[in-house]
Amino acid sequence: MDFVSFLIQVLNSLQYGLLLFLVASGLTLVFGIMGIINLAHGSFYMVGAYLAFALTGMTGNLMLAIALGLPLAFVFGAILEWALFSHLYKRDHLEQVLLTYGLILIFEELRSLAVGDEVHGVTIPELFSASIPLSDNLSYPVYRLVISVVCLALAGGLYWLIQKTRLGMMIRAGSHDRDMVKALGIDINLLYRTVFALGVALAALAGMLAAPISSVYPGMGSSVLIISFVIVVIGGVGSVWGALVAALVIGFADTFGKVLLPDLAGLMVYLVMALVLLWRPEGIFRKG
Amino acid sequence: MNDMSMLKLNEAAAGTPATAAPGVLRDPAPDQRELLLEAIGLHTYYGSSHILHGVNFHIRKGEALGLMGRNGMGKTTLIRTMMGFLNPKAGGVLVRGQRMTGGPTHRIAKLGIAYVPEGRGIFPNLTVKENLLMAARAGVEGQRDWTFDRVMTTFPRLAERLTNGGGQLSGGEQQMLTIGRALMTNPDLLILDEATEGLAPLIVREIWRVIREIRDSGIATVIVDKNHSAITALTDRSMILVKGQVVFDGPSEEVRNNPELIKKHLGV
Repeated sequence: MDFVSFLIQVLNSLQYGLLLFLVASGLTLVFGIMGIINLAHGSFYMVGAYLAFALTGMTGNLMLAIALGLPLAFVFGAILEWALFSHLYKRDHLEQVLLTYGLILIFEELRSLAVGDEVHGVTIPELFSASIPLSDNLSYPVYRLVISVVCLALAGGLYWLIQKTRLGMMIRAGSHDRDMVKALGIDINLLYRTVFALGVALAALAGMLAAPISSVYPGMGSSVLIISFVIVVIGGVGSVWGALVAALVIGFADTFGKVLLPDLAGLMVYLVMALVLLWRPEGIFRKG
Repeated sequence: MNDMSMLKLNEAAAGTPATAAPGVLRDPAPDQRELLLEAIGLHTYYGSSHILHGVNFHIRKGEALGLMGRNGMGKTTLIRTMMGFLNPKAGGVLVRGQRMTGGPTHRIAKLGIAYVPEGRGIFPNLTVKENLLMAARAGVEGQRDWTFDRVMTTFPRLAERLTNGGGQLSGGEQQMLTIGRALMTNPDLLILDEATEGLAPLIVREIWRVIREIRDSGIATVIVDKNHSAITALTDRSMILVKGQVVFDGPSEEVRNNPELIKKHLGV
């Protein structure tokens, strides 16, 4: 592999890993802090992609679609938490899995009814449609760089929110002792609703950003869900920082696996997971 | 809630606490100060075990109250019911005259009631500074008497450990942290459940010093502790619980001067 191809693969790994981080961060927060296994989290990625498709069709611009879609996804998440997930906190994991698996089926069916089962494409905004030439015959699309930059900024923002703000302190405190947080006058239900809605918005944003490069297709949430769970487990349940590191590890493992060991490409991610868990059974970063 | 208890609640709101429990029960001196927290005829169960048998409770602004009784007599259950963590089968809880039976706890806390639970309840995954800052809030009347700086002056030991995780502190430091954190909410009432339990004598003396300072600053206090001579010295009024019933509610002085009462209800 020459240097330019290597560079392109590195950029691809970063972009893929960072995009996965957006989905996995919400999953790890909801799992680690509220104790809910949400199988429907991948559906939010799908909902985001289809929102991008529908809203781009209406507005003619992906960036406008994202600006409209993000608040929609946040509100959608808050309503879901209020109507369904808030009843799950005291239930066991089996009931959580049953409800959230049922939600996957419902979301897929609703999608099929609303937009059908065809594969759709979303156009890259004109502003970012160029490519940067790297050698005589290789170039790198600006849009993928934009995805990486946006995701990195969000990762930084999330780190700041969780580690540096009072809201983040309350969220972390709530993961340890709900009753004590309430006794300090903090409405923990509202806090959880906000975290859940944030997770939904981040997953949907990942779907919107990915829509132009992966296209929009039925079942696109499921594969993302499984990889996201791998990331949550590798990173350590509840750790946003762990999710970032794990997402990048998976991004590199998957991308380079496909290039260097094409026969084992499908296995690479799970091999990495097995190795990490042998080394650290509780994940790279334990909840803390 | 049935009509009977509604009626009792209304009476209580008017400032005449109903007294139904047997034993040496007496009304404290007539007092016009605002009732902060009040319970009327509480019956609380844990599963099928009946813990509180019609407990009445009240505390006014600025008052210092000792809550005493042997282990398992219902002191913590009474506090947890009044904080809204437990829903009584009968009876009611009023916070500043508002009906708050069964919670929500965060609204009770926001009405100026701070609770330092037995076992302390610090957040080990937050630093000392974060434990304090996450709780910061103005009081019910907008007062901000207790700031981060004032907590630091009151507990100089915490100031040296600000970046430590809450879980790395000694037992005494953890207790100071929970009291400091409760003060950051600028409460009008501080409820301390077994604040000195398991601590070294020197630390215990330090904790009592701080509690006295808090009391003198005008914050009402409910103190639960095994050390009845320390409690009666610190408080104006004392309550004794036996098997989920109030057997004494009167001046602390009276408990102090009555060795029979102590021996009968509190002696080990």
